[in-house]
Amino acid sequence: MIAARVDGRRAVISKVVWSIVGWLVVFIFFFPVLWMWLESLKTEPQAASSPPTILFAPTLMEFQEVLSGDFPPFFINSAIASIGSTLLVLILGLPAAYALSIRPVKRTQDALFFFISTRFLPFAASLVPLYLLARDLHLLDNIFALVLIYTTINLPLGVWLLRSFLLEIPNDLFEAARVDGAGFFRELTRIVVPLIAPGIAATSLICLIFSWNEFFYAVNFTSSVAATAPIFLVGFISGRGLFYAKLAAAATLASLPVLLAGWIAQKQLIRGLTMGAVK
Amino acid sequence: MPAFIYVVLVTQIPFALTIYYSFFSWNLLKEGSFRFSGLDNYSRLITDESIRTAIFNTVLLTLSVIAFSVVIGLGVAMLLNSEVFGKGLMRTLMIAPFLIMPTAGALIWKDTLLNPLFGLLPYLLTPFGLSRVDWVNQFPMVTVVAVEVWRWTPFMMLIILAGLQSQNLEILEAAKVDGANAIQTFRRITLPLVRPFIELGALLGSLFVVQTFDSIFMLTYGGPGEDTTNLPFLLYLVAFQGFSIGQASAIGVVAVIITTVVATFALRTLFSIFQVEARR
Repeated sequence: MIAARVDGRRAVISKVVWSIVGWLVVFIFFFPVLWMWLESLKTEPQAASSPPTILFAPTLMEFQEVLSGDFPPFFINSAIASIGSTLLVLILGLPAAYALSIRPVKRTQDALFFFISTRFLPFAASLVPLYLLARDLHLLDNIFALVLIYTTINLPLGVWLLRSFLLEIPNDLFEAARVDGAGFFRELTRIVVPLIAPGIAATSLICLIFSWNEFFYAVNFTSSVAATAPIFLVGFISGRGLFYAKLAAAATLASLPVLLAGWIAQKQLIRGLTMGAVK
Repeated sequence: MPAFIYVVLVTQIPFALTIYYSFFSWNLLKEGSFRFSGLDNYSRLITDESIRTAIFNTVLLTLSVIAFSVVIGLGVAMLLNSEVFGKGLMRTLMIAPFLIMPTAGALIWKDTLLNPLFGLLPYLLTPFGLSRVDWVNQFPMVTVVAVEVWRWTPFMMLIILAGLQSQNLEILEAAKVDGANAIQTFRRITLPLVRPFIELGALLGSLFVVQTFDSIFMLTYGGPGEDTTNLPFLLYLVAFQGFSIGQASAIGVVAVIITTVVATFALRTLFSIFQVEARR
């Protein structure tokens, strides 16, 4: 009896201790994000004060300033580039993944290996020729070029992920459909798409994250008309002086879509990040 | 197979062109400077001081970021896997650094946390006599590594946590009954079980960290001097500030070779995990 009670108390104490340790670590990691939000709710003098202002009356002034200023076009460009490329990945990737998983083509394994390996080809490999090509086609500073580039970056990952979901569908289902006389297209839209809806969600999420946050191509291929949200933030490095509150507000807005999407779809996030290896 | 044709078209052909260009001397700003130069660009790579620095920085950055984020990520994952209050919320807050736009995260660190005049960290460190340390300029590599570790630890944590959660609880219980202490349980049971997940995280992570560009661009712009210039950043400087297409292509080829070595290991791990699963 007594031993059990001591054991129970020890368990509670250890739970409390580890909870405190855990929350401390989480707090440290989350703090920069929290600080970004706090700074964005300050006025400029409060944000650039020494010592730093901890207590203050929050204001949405800087958000209004950012939103009514030149930020929206950058945001819209980001949306076009990431949503456009994600849709293209799904349209091109779904049939490819389908072929690789259900209707075996010859040498599937080789095709797969090749496909996924292209994801790891560093951008260094193709940057220069793509840049020259875009220049000659007058696609520099054109959002369409970014859509195509992001599609390329994400397509191998997309095919791989979609395939890992397709493999989980029992083969009988397709055979039943084929017996019923369903054509390829019908099979795809009626059976495949509804069954792998979570897979499509995971794939879209990963594509959205990578293309929304992408910086290297954006900074080299766009200048003004087609510039995306991260490029807007570059302006704060120099030339805009000490606008810390405005910077924080812009950073908050630029990060918001991916942060929300990632938080909502945490399960899909893990599976997507590990390329379907971890469920 | 439209997807195949598309992938071949936009990845393989440009890469072939990169190799092709790397044998030429070509400056975009000089008309008609396009001429064959053999292995010049490559021999310059070997003799050039800045490319050696860049390779060294790339390796240093990648290894330290991966090492720190795996160790911390493992610790946090084990915390989140044990009996603690508010696990769900902890995990949610923990993954935020990974989701924040890298350019935004770097700026927040540089201007609002590390700024020697108005930043929070120098202020908090005042009692320790570190009040006016200009982290970004005095310790550039430490700063870049710290910001990248902040970003990649959640990634490692997520993968390792998933591994821990797939652990068989009965084995752990049995170990406890057998009188194994915490350290023994960790070394003999937990670690072997999550090892493939750690490997996967480290390899996938290093493929991304090798290409670090955003935070270097925002935090240090490769400087001071060349102290934080890694291969991707050097490529950017040579191609888009110096417009030396041939030289940049040669750097690109070197970067591809390095990444391919890492990627081969990564893919092997990935395939072996799938095979283990298929056997189940």
